[in-house]
Amino acid sequence: MFSRILTSALFAGAAAGLIAALLQFVFVQPVLLHAELYESGELVHFGAEAVSARPELPGLFADPMRDGLSVVFTMFTYTGYALVMVALMSMAEKMGHAVTTRAGLLWGLAGFITFHFAPGLSLAPEVPGVAAADVEVRQIWWTATVAATGVAMWLIAFGGNAMAYGAAALLLLAPHLIGAPEPESFSGPVPTELGALFAARAFGVGMAAWVLLGGFAGYFWQTESKRADAHA
Amino acid sequence: MTTKTLKASATGSAILPALFAVILGLGIVTLAGHVQASALHDAAHDVRHATGFPCH
Repeated sequence: MFSRILTSALFAGAAAGLIAALLQFVFVQPVLLHAELYESGELVHFGAEAVSARPELPGLFADPMRDGLSVVFTMFTYTGYALVMVALMSMAEKMGHAVTTRAGLLWGLAGFITFHFAPGLSLAPEVPGVAAADVEVRQIWWTATVAATGVAMWLIAFGGNAMAYGAAALLLLAPHLIGAPEPESFSGPVPTELGALFAARAFGVGMAAWVLLGGFAGYFWQTESKRADAHA
Repeated sequence: MTTKTLKASATGSAILPALFAVILGLGIVTLAGHVQASALHDAAHDVRHATGFPCH
């Protein structure tokens, strides 16, 4: 059982992580590198003179070490997500719910909402250089929000009664009604255009990668189960 | 009787592996996304920003 979870999660996580890394290079990394020019003070806006919105940016893979580490860590991160998701898929299957590639797409969407969208709704994906509250406080809020949203997603999918849906709604709302830790003052040097684009791109790439992760996880879970059955 | 025993043990053996996998997965996510040790932070910097983890 454990090896089946492990194998499915490793395949799904590595594949989705690699795709996520490539999507991030094309859509997110240029915005991040652009913002870092403002973070480092190389570019300054708010001045009397207009600043070009198209500065010279280092190309893709200009810094192989940095980009290579990003690929490794993205695959690592998505493998972590996959382990959690496939383990929960195995539990759902035990409860009699079919786990297929198609169902996996919904699992992926629920995972995206849990790990990326819900915490990001009040703690927007940060472009480098923005003002933010203490990192420890934000991590506590992030973790609590992911936990609450994850339970809510499970209740919506498998709860099956009004009580469960009501509890799910409360769990979804609570972190945002309580509110995420916010900075005391705004000091970010990065143009708001870049910050907004970064958050939107981070969400978009995250959603694509997560939906793929769910589909892959459902697919590999099925194939691994068939293989295990054939051996049994 | 035999079938019952088998079924019970199969259910029991399903929860523990899933639990281990969840703990392992959350451990990996924490390591990649949250631990502030500077070598880890620098290596995972771009990923943390792009994946929506609190950074810095």
